[in-house]
Order: sequence, then structure tokens, then C-alpha cells
Amino acid sequence: MIRFAHLLDRLIFTPGRNAKLRLLTDYFAEVPDPERGWAVAAITRDLDVKSVKPAQIKQLVYARVDGALFDMSHDYVGDLAEAAALIWPEKPGQNYVPTLADAVETLNDVTRAEALEVVERWFDALDASGRWALIKLVTGGLRIGVAARLVKVALAQYGDKPIQEIEELWHGLEPPYTELFAWLEDRGPKPASAAHAPFRPVMLSHPIEEADKPKIDLSEMAAEWKWDGIRVQAVRERDQTRIYSRTGDDIGPAFPDILGAMPFDAAIDGELLVFDPDIRDRFAVRPFNDLQQRLNRKTVGAKLLKSNPAFIRAYDLLWCEGEDLRPLPFAQRRARLEALLGEHDASPAGDERFDLSPIVDLGGWDALAAARANPPDEAIEGVMLKRRSSVYVPGRPKGEWWKWKREPHLVDAVMMYAQRGHGKRSSYYSDYTFGVWREGEDGAELVPVGKAYSGFTDQELRKLDKYVRDNTIARYGPVRSVRADQDQGLVLEIAFEGLARSTRHKSGLAMRFPRVNRLRWDKPSAEADRIEMLEAMLEGSA
Amino acid sequence: MTGVQAEALLHPTPKGLYCPPGDFFIDPVADVDRAVITHGHADHARAGHGAVLATPETIEIMATRYGEGFTRTRQPVEIGEVTVIGGVSVWLVPAGHVLGSAQAVVEYQGMRMVVTGDYKRRRDPTCLPFEPVSCDVLISEATFGLPVFRHPDTAGEVRKLLASLRRFPERTHLVGAYALGKAQRIICHLREEGYDETIFIHGAMKKLCDLYSRLGVDLGPLADATVKDGRGAKQDFAGKVVVCPPSAMNAAWARRFADPITCFASGWMRVRQRARQKGVELPLIVSDHADWDELTDTVREVDPAQLWVTHGREDALVRWAEVEGRYAKPLRLVGYEDEND
Repeated sequence: MIRFAHLLDRLIFTPGRNAKLRLLTDYFAEVPDPERGWAVAAITRDLDVKSVKPAQIKQLVYARVDGALFDMSHDYVGDLAEAAALIWPEKPGQNYVPTLADAVETLNDVTRAEALEVVERWFDALDASGRWALIKLVTGGLRIGVAARLVKVALAQYGDKPIQEIEELWHGLEPPYTELFAWLEDRGPKPASAAHAPFRPVMLSHPIEEADKPKIDLSEMAAEWKWDGIRVQAVRERDQTRIYSRTGDDIGPAFPDILGAMPFDAAIDGELLVFDPDIRDRFAVRPFNDLQQRLNRKTVGAKLLKSNPAFIRAYDLLWCEGEDLRPLPFAQRRARLEALLGEHDASPAGDERFDLSPIVDLGGWDALAAARANPPDEAIEGVMLKRRSSVYVPGRPKGEWWKWKREPHLVDAVMMYAQRGHGKRSSYYSDYTFGVWREGEDGAELVPVGKAYSGFTDQELRKLDKYVRDNTIARYGPVRSVRADQDQGLVLEIAFEGLARSTRHKSGLAMRFPRVNRLRWDKPSAEADRIEMLEAMLEGSA
Repeated sequence: MTGVQAEALLHPTPKGLYCPPGDFFIDPVADVDRAVITHGHADHARAGHGAVLATPETIEIMATRYGEGFTRTRQPVEIGEVTVIGGVSVWLVPAGHVLGSAQAVVEYQGMRMVVTGDYKRRRDPTCLPFEPVSCDVLISEATFGLPVFRHPDTAGEVRKLLASLRRFPERTHLVGAYALGKAQRIICHLREEGYDETIFIHGAMKKLCDLYSRLGVDLGPLADATVKDGRGAKQDFAGKVVVCPPSAMNAAWARRFADPITCFASGWMRVRQRARQKGVELPLIVSDHADWDELTDTVREVDPAQLWVTHGREDALVRWAEVEGRYAKPLRLVGYEDEND
């Protein structure tokens, strides 16, 4: 538990991906089975132990220390688990210091009531870090900024194995993953993929740059729309149905509407989208913002299921009724997909949740450019080109699949606030809040509309940082307010993917993926765009 | 108890803690004619007083920081040496906070009051250890006066830094530490753990490190963290320890180092949110102040008739004392910055 707690302590404060990977691989190398496997499960949140409620932890503390002192401490620290872990009057030697494996195994053997007593006794023996880790583990609140995917990458690095093999195996594995570690350390065979409905690592595309066009022979390609949702893989095998994100995380429990409407044993590669429940004869795709509300949830309520129903627009078939189709060329897989989904047009009226992403007629580059600029649906964010002969392989093979996204929207905004970045950028003001003009009571005023922290080169960042330092008018902790008025201010050309109404922002709008497109050192601040321009965009798309 | 009321001997004023019969202030926050200074940190020791009574080390530290003319009259007094000012006996006793730090003991007509100044109880290789003095009134600091503050073993924290150096040998370990006391203490603890390589220091620390060496604190090989002509410099600091003031950790100055790991040596690092706010990658919980257990143990040991609690989280320590059946009150002195640790 102590070593595990130290690992968490380090991971929480480490911003760099490579540094996190090193911490994880070092941990795998230094810590034996089954301890390290339970740690993996705890971090990927695949660990299921008897839960203790935060209120019960609080009661334990009240029984040991003055309640008034604990309340003052809790107020100061903020986080209950941390306040409890720090204030606990430890009694070294009172009890044995449990390993993570002890903790998991013991908690699985006892009743819920006993679990609390066991936890209390461990509190006496552990140090503050250890108590914190234990509390987070049993209250289910372990969030340390490490995605499950990163742990899988670390495992792949540790064993020098392709990440795709780990992803493919993952859902058939059980903590503490001793077979997996044996294979990673070349001490044992590759674990058999035991799970029904496993994840199949996805095939990705390259963005098309101008220079790529001559290399692409359009006569060998099939074109599809690129939908503005999220890429998923829906798999049903006998009684098991799962929906995976493109990194292999199981997001199915948040989408019971789709899980219950998959009428075939297959693995479908497609786009997860939300449709308008009032239009019944076809799937009318709603903006990304409506899908956003369904993401990153463990479960979903009836109201949201009704207002924001989801479906999958299928574009590939990887496996069907026991047959792996990935070695077949795209054209054949596509034919099988069309046969599977049937001739008719699927719709909400038929209680269906899968339809087919159509193949788009391919003219030349000019026709394609025109279609991309003026797609028939707002939910289209570009076109995809897939070589008809392409077999389905994980990763991003060269020259097989291409994506050609729509040009982003642009707005000229004025930098208002700057904040220090993280990690390598911690000495730079690299995150910029920008605003556009609106008419206020005392004339034109800036209203913040978004925040951008990418899109510039390192050299530009140095200039931006200097600009912020030279034009600071106020400081609030890590944030600086920079001069921005009608006479002076730095105009940033911001590129973004879309706009949505938002009650969380002062301006009433939220931008999707805003980034700095160009620095307009030349443009007078008074000539930056006005809020009406963004409002008009919203009206246009609603 | 005695003939004189404690409040008549020492009481808070806007300029700081004042002693009317002796007409002097202890650690005043504004210019006064006569000051007793417990230690050299800027919020306790200011330039511009008429006369300064302090340990010789504190006097030297003030002269180093503010220049030779920091006061008109210097009154260096050795530990335990009694000075009588207007009938009030004053002497200094080690506080274990930083080099030269002392508690101020004030005695008048049978009433003895002890002002701890900032103090700690755990071992510090750079200064004399705290000595408890029995008294009628103990005026205690309470910077870390909440029971969540229990500083871990210092050597263990320094070993965390050394372990990180082994794990990330290509990265500069940039240690933010208060320039007076903490910096030198961290350096000494690193030496005790067997780290004998050159340690690089920020320019703002040079004078104080030199002074510590001159006063007999061995810091081992030090060098300036300066770049030569700006070329190839990043690699010069790869895998090295660089000590700088906390404010420099995320300043433009820090860009000269190879992918630095920011380490902050402070008691505040006990609280994760504090570490996160400061963008610290390796928090080192090392404090020059007493933690909760040290504060409460000291009160029990000294066992004063009255406990007055100043700068910090007064309320919790006063609450604790009351539950223990002690007389305690908060003394709301202003002007001390509890961030400096």
C-alpha cells in the first residue's frame, strides 16, 4: 500500500506523459505480483472492492479526534479524504501495514460492516499517503489524471509489446493480471482472449495536406462523410454487448438505448451520434453539444435518454457471426455491412439504433472540395477517403485512409487574460482567454468567449509570453489580466470547430476546440469581431 | 499570580508586540526606536529601526540583506545574556527555526513571558535546537496550527528528491526553498544523505549561503546557476540539483534548465491542492515551523499559565488548549506572512 500510495503521489503531480510512463514502468519492474496487478486495476478503475461511504469515514474520524478541530481542518483542506488521512492520529506498530493485495483480498472476504472495522485498523498503521490511497480506493474516488489508456501504453512499453495486442486482450483479463505480466516478462504464453465481444483496436486515418493530393489516386478510393460524433465500436457476441471508445474503454453502460437495440452478432465500427427525437422517419443528427451531455457518464437517466437519444452510424464491419472480416478489403467489408444492416433505411420509427453511413459519389478533387465546403448536413465535419482494397489493421497505416476536414470557423478576438501553462510550459503564459466586442453601458466592451492554449509555435509562445508580461494590468494568482481596450490589445485569430449555447459562460456561448490560428500583431484591437457575428453563426445552425 | 498584569508587560499594537515598561517592540512590522528581533526573515526583521537587539547571527543576516546601515545601533547579545531595559530583563533562547533564531524571554516584577517567534522542534543541522523555557505566558506562533499539519521525517523527504534524481537523471531538479534557512537546511540534509556533487544556487541566495559558510555551516561545493553565453547550457544542469527562491521556480529564469522537475520544500506541500496550485511536480514537505504535534507538545512541556497564540491558525490551537483545560487566547497580530515556509 505504501509503495502504491507513493506511486499515486508522484503521478498526481507529474504533468508529462513520458514521465508518467516512466513512473508506471518503474513500478511494474520493482513491485511483484499480485501487488502491481491490483495497482493497475485501481488506476484503470477496473477494481471492485467493498465500498465505504464518505460519511462513514467521517464518523470514524469524529470518534478519534475533536470534531471542531476536524471541521476546521476539513474546511481548510477542502477534500474529505485528504483531511481525514492527515488528521488521523496514527499508532505505528498497532497493526500490520497492509499491502494493496492484502487490502483488496481482505475487503473481498469480509462483510460490509466488517469492512469499516478493517479499514479503521489499517488507518492506525498506515501513513498519511497510505490512508489517503485507502480512502480513495474504498470510497471509489480515485482520480489521479491517468487514463486507462496510458496504463495500457505503459504495460506495452514494459513488455515491449504492441499496444494493440494489449487493447485487444484487455477486456478478457481479470485483475491482478498475473498471466498478463508473465507474458510481458516473457515467462509465459500470451493470454488467450477469453472475453466475449472483445475490443478490436481501431484503424485510423491521416489528415490530407495539399502536398498529399498528388499521391492519392481517387479512382482507388471510396468516399464517406466524416460525422461530427465520436468513433465507437459496437460489439455483440451471444449474450454480451459492448460499446467501446476508440481507445478500448467500455462506455456501454451509459448507452443502454443502443445496447438494447443491436440485433446481430457483429463488431461494428461507426460514429456515435445523438438524433432529434421529434423526427421519426430518419435519424436527424443533433449538434455535438447534445452528444457531449451523454459522454463521460457511468449511467444515464430516463429524461436524458428521451431528450438526447443516441444511435450509431455504421461505416465498417470487423467481425460477424464468428468470422473475422478484418483481412478482407474494405469494399468487401462494406458489402457485408450493407447486407447486415439491410436494404431499408433505418429510422427511429422502427425502434432501430443503427444506420448506414452512405458512400458519397466521388467526382474529382474539385467536386470533393465543393461537397466538403457545403455538406448536406450540419453534422458533417469533412470527408473520408478509404482505399477500396484496404484491409483493416490497427493504427495509422500510410496511404490507406484519409480524412479531409472542413475548414474551421475563424474569429478575430482580443486577448484578455493569460494563465501559466503546466509542465514544460509552467514558466510561460500560454493559456489565453479571449473576448469579442459587444455594446455595453459605457460603449464597446469585451466579453470573454473562450480560451485557447495551442496553435502557436514555440517561438510565437515566447513572443506571446513577453507580450503578456509587458502588458499586465492586474494579477490574480496564476492569471494575469492584460491590457485590452479599444486603443490597445492583441488580436488573436481563433479557429474553432463549432459553437453551442452555454449557460456556464458569461457570453452565453461555448466554442468547440478553439485554438490560435494566427497572431494578428498588425490588427488594431478595435477592429476585432463583435459578438453579433458569433450570434449569427448560432442562429444559422439552429 | 504576580504583581503585574501580563497585558501590561506585552500587548499587541499596530506596529507589533509592545513592551511599555521597557519601551521596545518585538519583531515590529513598522519602524520603531528600539526593537528586539527574533530572527532574520523579512516579515520579522525590517530595516530602519533605531536600535536592534538580536543574536549576533541575526544581526549579520540583517546586515547582509539590508546593508550595513540597517539600524543606527546594533546590540548583538549571546544566547542567555541578560539585558535590562527600563527595569525589564530581556534574553534570547534558541528557537530552532533558522540560523540565529531565538525566542525572546521578557521578565518584569516576577512575571515571565516567552515569545517563541517562529520555531520548530525537529533537528536542523544549520542552527541550535529549541529550548523550552518555563514561563507565566507563552506567546506561540501557529503557522501550522491545524492538526492536519504533521510534517514527515525530513531525511525521508530529502530521500524522495534523491530517488527522483536517480529515476530522472536527464532532468534538472529545481528546488524552491526560502532563501534564508530552508535553502541551507535542504543543502545540509542532502549532504547528510551522502549527496556530495556540486549544488547550484540562484543568485539571490549567494550572499546568504556565503554568510552561513562564514558562520560555520558547511554547505559543501556550491556554484552559481548561471549560463555561459547561453549555449549548450541546458545540458550542463541535466540531473543536477538547483536551489532557488520559490518565486523563481516558474519564472522566466527557470527556462535555462533541462526539462526541470519543480520541487518545492515547504510545510504547505502537505496539502495537495496547495502543491497543485503552485504547479509543483515533486512536493517536499519540509518546514522550518513547528507542526501540530510540536506546537501542542511544546505547550504541554512549557506548561504556561496562559497561552497566547499569534500569526497563523490561532483558532484551532486556542480550541485545543481550551479542551485541555488551559487558558488561551488569540493575539491578532498583523503583518506576518505565513506563506514563507
